[in-house]
Amino acid sequence: MRIVLRARGDFEEWRTAARALLSQGVAPRDIEWVGEDAAGTDLFSAPATPPMGGTVPVSVPKAFLPLAESLICHSDPSRFDLAYRLLWRLQTENTLLHIRSDPDVARAHAFDRSVHRDSHKMHAFVRFKEIPSDNERRAFVSWFEPDHFIVARNAGFFRRRFADMDWLIATPKGAISWDGTDIRFCDAPADKPDIQDDADDLWRTYFANIFNPARLKIKMMQTEMPKKYWKNLPEAKLIPDLIAGAEQRVRDMATRQASDTVPKFYERLHRRKP
Amino acid sequence: MKKSLKARLAILSDAAKYDASCASSGTTRRDSSGSGGLGSTEGSGICHAYAPDGRCISLLKILMTNFCIYDCAYCINRSSSNVERARFSPEEVVWLTLEFYRRNYIEGLFLSSGIIRDSDYTMEQMVRIARDLRVKHNFRGYIHLKTIPDASAKLIEEAGLFADRLSINIELPTDAGVEKFAPQKHPRNIRRSMGELKTKIDEAGEPTLRTRRRKTFAPAGQSTQMIIGADEASDATILGTSAGLYDDYRLRRVYYSAFSPIPDASKALPLIKPPLVREHRLYQADWLYRFYGFGIEEITAGRPDGMLDLTIDPKLAWALENRGRFPVDINTADKEMLLRVPGFGTKTVKAILSARRFKRLAMDDLARLKVSVKKVQAFVTASGWSPLKLIDRSDLRSLFVPEPQQLVLL
Repeated sequence: MRIVLRARGDFEEWRTAARALLSQGVAPRDIEWVGEDAAGTDLFSAPATPPMGGTVPVSVPKAFLPLAESLICHSDPSRFDLAYRLLWRLQTENTLLHIRSDPDVARAHAFDRSVHRDSHKMHAFVRFKEIPSDNERRAFVSWFEPDHFIVARNAGFFRRRFADMDWLIATPKGAISWDGTDIRFCDAPADKPDIQDDADDLWRTYFANIFNPARLKIKMMQTEMPKKYWKNLPEAKLIPDLIAGAEQRVRDMATRQASDTVPKFYERLHRRKP
Repeated sequence: MKKSLKARLAILSDAAKYDASCASSGTTRRDSSGSGGLGSTEGSGICHAYAPDGRCISLLKILMTNFCIYDCAYCINRSSSNVERARFSPEEVVWLTLEFYRRNYIEGLFLSSGIIRDSDYTMEQMVRIARDLRVKHNFRGYIHLKTIPDASAKLIEEAGLFADRLSINIELPTDAGVEKFAPQKHPRNIRRSMGELKTKIDEAGEPTLRTRRRKTFAPAGQSTQMIIGADEASDATILGTSAGLYDDYRLRRVYYSAFSPIPDASKALPLIKPPLVREHRLYQADWLYRFYGFGIEEITAGRPDGMLDLTIDPKLAWALENRGRFPVDINTADKEMLLRVPGFGTKTVKAILSARRFKRLAMDDLARLKVSVKKVQAFVTASGWSPLKLIDRSDLRSLFVPEPQQLVLL
């Protein structure tokens, strides 16, 4: 059976289909889950919609729901199959989720970790740029490129944090916005806005000066801030020059002897002392 | 002529980089959805950027001023240094924090300062910045204030009301070191201030009799930092000092900062390449003490000079010194012993304990838990696996030591 989904991170979409399939006893191996994009290119097979009906209550351990919600946000095409296989197995193996080393459970957790990391990086690397506002609230716009369909699930984080300003986060996997009253979400790919913000220059000043050239650890930096994020981070364009100049700066500190003179205020301080 | 804001930001962030802490975690959960203000803290901290030194940038870490009446030999801001000086007004620090926060560059502010006029004057200015952020601007992000050791109790009380974390640097691992290189600072005063902070933090943690509401005082606790490699203290001495700080003052973190060359350095201290590997090993040992049930004396027993092995991590070094305790059966061993297996982290141990209630675990299971089988295989038995005499091999250590690398000259 072929199940076609929009496949843009909507958990309800998968849940409705999975519940119907499970109540009809359709085994995982008999289902082919296909995303709309992939289905569209295959002209010879008519897209099947999920079977309706079958609302037999399905019971799962509490831990399954958050795991499945996270899985469905992953961009790997096999996510729907993996989630359904777990659901199917849980009907007879109710302790399955406790066995992290089970191949399906291990894979699900690997997907879950990847989605969590992506969300964490979104919290970290979104950069808001200010745009003119037509009311008393200030307005900001950001462009971010996530790996997975995580935009909607992170709306709450940004709303709780940036309550007193209007903002929009645009991504190729959808956009969210906040105006002080409502969160709006659209799962269609957005366009990259072209905006300058003068504060970025102060931020770069900070980034360049908080860096300690005597402690170069480039690999460590790249593990946590992989290059794929650099193009949307205003500070990242400084990195090559900071690295290139580091050794010379340290050598300069070493060759320049400590000065023999002291600042004027040091002398004043000393005169003040008893 | 007064320097521009940008020029002063450059000077006062350059002056702040020798403070290692950038943590923004461990405070109360709060957000702005109810108040309509700005900012939130939701448990774990967020690193908004990384500099090429591999350090996380989570907070706007700046000095209010780098003028200082103290003359600590290791410090870039010591009064006898010819480093360029600058000062922010409290309003400027507030403005920078809020504008940086709105653009999602940072989690909050880590404010430190050189001592100007006297301790109370300096502390009063810092507290004013924190108060304005919280009260005037409804700011709910993270605030870390470096506490001035001799400031009055009233100012400290107020600092704890507005800041998430307070810290006082212990500076060097031994009292003799502090007296030698920071002659105007007194180890006894530093410890007394830490003790007073601990008392206030503990009190705030206890619900009062009349109300269920707790008093707020530095909900993310206190931390400290010591400089590594400026004096002669051994790793055993350093870790002993840390253990004392964790036990006596319940510090959340002790930061180790490898002594690093500074511009216009004092002649009293040699310019060395910062001992980064040593710093890393100390952090690993610190973790073993806090989360893996190791005693400091166990970690440092391996070598007579009290130094940690730089080529292999301290847990592996301990295992090689204590081969009689291995192999460990992953299907039956208790949690304490599993935590001592080189290559098992706390999460792995938790997963093993959970899974083995339902099935016998084999090496494949470990691989799927993302454990390096190569690293652990000499130390564990599992279903279908026993390490033979591997543990007795005289060259076992060489299996773990990394390939020699060409050294880079400083």
